[in-house]
Amino acid sequence: MSTVAGEMDHHDHHHHAPSGITRWLFTTNHKDIGSMYLWFSFIMFLVGGSMAMVIRAELFQPGLQLVDPHFFNQMTTVHGLIMVFGAVMPAFTGLANWMVPMMIGAPDMALPRMNNWSFWILPFAFAILLASLFMEGGGPAFGWTFYAPLSTTYSSDSTALFVFSVHIMGISSIMGAINVIVTIMNMRAPGMTYMKMPLFVWTWFITAFLLIAVMPVLAGAVTMVLTDKYFSTSFFDAAGGGDPVLFQHIFWFFGHPEVYIMILPSFGIVSAIIPAFSRKKLFGYSSMVYATAAIAGLSFLVWAHHMFTTGMPVAAEIFFMYATMLISVPTGVKVFNWVATMWRGSISFETPMLFALAFVILFTIGGFSGLMLAITPVDFQYHDTYFVVAHFHYVLVSGAIFSIMAAAYYWLPKWTGHMYDETLAKWHFWCSLISVNVLFFPMHFAGLAGMPRRIPDYSLQFADINQIVSIGGFAFGLSQLIFLAVVIKCVRGGEKAPAKPWDGAEGLEWTVPSPAPYHTFETPPEVK
Amino acid sequence: MAQQHEKYYVPASSPWPIVGAVGLGLIAFGAGHTVIDMKNEVTDGWGANVLFGGIAVLIVMLFGWFRDQINESMSGLYSNQLGHSYRQGMSWFIFSEIMFFAAFFGALFYARVIAVEWLGGASNNAMTNEVLWPAFEAHWPLTQTPGGTESGAMGWMGLPLYNTIILIVSSVTCHFAHVGLEKNNRKQLTLFLGITIILGCIFLYLQGAEYVHAYEELGLTLDSGIYGNTFYMLTGFHGMHVTLGTLMLIIMFLRVIKGHFTPDNHFAFQATSWYWHFVDVVWVCLFIFVYVL
Repeated sequence: MSTVAGEMDHHDHHHHAPSGITRWLFTTNHKDIGSMYLWFSFIMFLVGGSMAMVIRAELFQPGLQLVDPHFFNQMTTVHGLIMVFGAVMPAFTGLANWMVPMMIGAPDMALPRMNNWSFWILPFAFAILLASLFMEGGGPAFGWTFYAPLSTTYSSDSTALFVFSVHIMGISSIMGAINVIVTIMNMRAPGMTYMKMPLFVWTWFITAFLLIAVMPVLAGAVTMVLTDKYFSTSFFDAAGGGDPVLFQHIFWFFGHPEVYIMILPSFGIVSAIIPAFSRKKLFGYSSMVYATAAIAGLSFLVWAHHMFTTGMPVAAEIFFMYATMLISVPTGVKVFNWVATMWRGSISFETPMLFALAFVILFTIGGFSGLMLAITPVDFQYHDTYFVVAHFHYVLVSGAIFSIMAAAYYWLPKWTGHMYDETLAKWHFWCSLISVNVLFFPMHFAGLAGMPRRIPDYSLQFADINQIVSIGGFAFGLSQLIFLAVVIKCVRGGEKAPAKPWDGAEGLEWTVPSPAPYHTFETPPEVK
Repeated sequence: MAQQHEKYYVPASSPWPIVGAVGLGLIAFGAGHTVIDMKNEVTDGWGANVLFGGIAVLIVMLFGWFRDQINESMSGLYSNQLGHSYRQGMSWFIFSEIMFFAAFFGALFYARVIAVEWLGGASNNAMTNEVLWPAFEAHWPLTQTPGGTESGAMGWMGLPLYNTIILIVSSVTCHFAHVGLEKNNRKQLTLFLGITIILGCIFLYLQGAEYVHAYEELGLTLDSGIYGNTFYMLTGFHGMHVTLGTLMLIIMFLRVIKGHFTPDNHFAFQATSWYWHFVDVVWVCLFIFVYVL
């Protein structure tokens, strides 16, 4: 490997990426790895999306038409797992890979080889998970939350494959997070103090901390499921002195920080885009940083609001209710900041801004339904209904996914060197915006009326609402193909992008040419 | 400010990450099938072959990857900044390990304080006890489960106490070895590192003897209820970490003999030493919460 050192001395501008398949297999370049993460996540988004289409097709009318209930359960389970671990998280890691080193003026990620390792684990993990669907007895069918005893006593043989694939996904996430956190702590350019970092860097810094703290807890949870199912332990079995509710405590101790892992980087993205297209500085930078840290801190203290109906002592229910409501304070600080940034700004509505605006409004709707769910006595009614499904899809689809779309449009010119097709992109935005609301808004009503989630059949009175929801679902799924078209078109050609295509944008990433050279900031810039 | 910037070493490419990913993929796939075959009592399954193949690939990867890194380090490619990256990376890795153990300690505390008590009728669970397990009384260690499985309990005197003393002493000798390295006293380094390894091996041997004692004399097994579960999972994962730590120490010992490491360039040694202190601290927590209390 010592010959490698010589190759590193090339000058920025005539530096070419190695060609062929080995470029992607052996790469240590943060931009290559970022691109692989982003493509992988988009493929997984389509795979997980197809499963959602199966779910919506079955629910188009009452009765059992297309798939049998066991397969339906596998679809809801694997849809959730793929979207969480295969689509949203790798997309954010991909964005971090591409943008964090450029934003802080670093030559690459701190641990470039480990970076490649954490990416390449993912295709293997998801191949194993998907392969388990084809085993005798089927794949995981216990919901992405794999509550015991569904995942222990009542699960299919293939559960061990689910467990080990989650283990290696976790290894990948932890290594990815360690890389991001060390990059941010150790690789900042001279003068780039913590309180000068772009908010995307800040939010990822805190996200990485959450990941390192809770992914090992998930590993513990799946390990206990494994030993309960295959080695006769009784962690989640009362006959042996355990408790199924213990599973939920461990799972949600991971699970609640996990949902913030999927939204904090979104906050960073939106905090970059809204100032850029409002042509104003972010209203309150430091309050955004503190709010993010507060949300992350609180995320460790609210897990049992997922478990109000398990029969916890009243004192615990009250504690978790108020702690959960407390989160709306820092979140409100954020929404206030975004709105105040736009106040009297000189706003233009390019596609990234449209997605960011939709994010602010729709994420807030998801936040409000979350607040409703936080109220313990009311949750008794809402629990396990479509209201919950509506809530978390508002925050994850029109929240996290919309922010990822916004980020993709915002940085595509930097990645490809071309401007994307604005007309087609606007089609993508408006189709997505309308269909996502047709898809998820009526779910609130279905849930309040009592329709349970994760059920392949339903009573007749829910038929109309489900039909509308399914139509919205198909439309939303098809709209994402427009996005694919925009990206492919942009990669292949288009109007040449200047170094800084958005006149209000700020940050070091806009000081390098578009497309960004293979190696950037080998000599660190000085930040004033 | 930045008059002279040391170049941050970024390797142009490396085959090892993808090899490692293949290895982990094979391990996950093979381990899954091995476990499934065990459950179904299939004896001619191929799962174990895939698992061992994966482990072999992973070992090849570790050798190759570390060989590259050692060569790079010895040829002076690494800057101070890179050293910081490695140290911070290792610290965060140890933090993730702490959280992994936290999940199992959490299960232990929950079982002791809540699950077993409630099964015995505490809080508002009188009817749970009355209707489901009327004969069950809450006690810890849980030597008789609500389902009726009986086992003995592991005391803290004897082997566990000796093991605690051994590990604490090994932490101290490991520190002396580190001090020897920093003072460039190679004799002190080699001697104390050797002692640390021997203490680690004795610990593992005694832990094995304790397991034999538990299985054969106490009837305490992995499947004898939540007490046995938490006991074996916590001590078992700790034992795996001590095994890994001992292997790391042995590799450091071989490198020391080859003349590697200088007073200001010894990240690998430092990381190993941190890891060793970490497994010691976990053991002290284990000793207190699993054995004594």
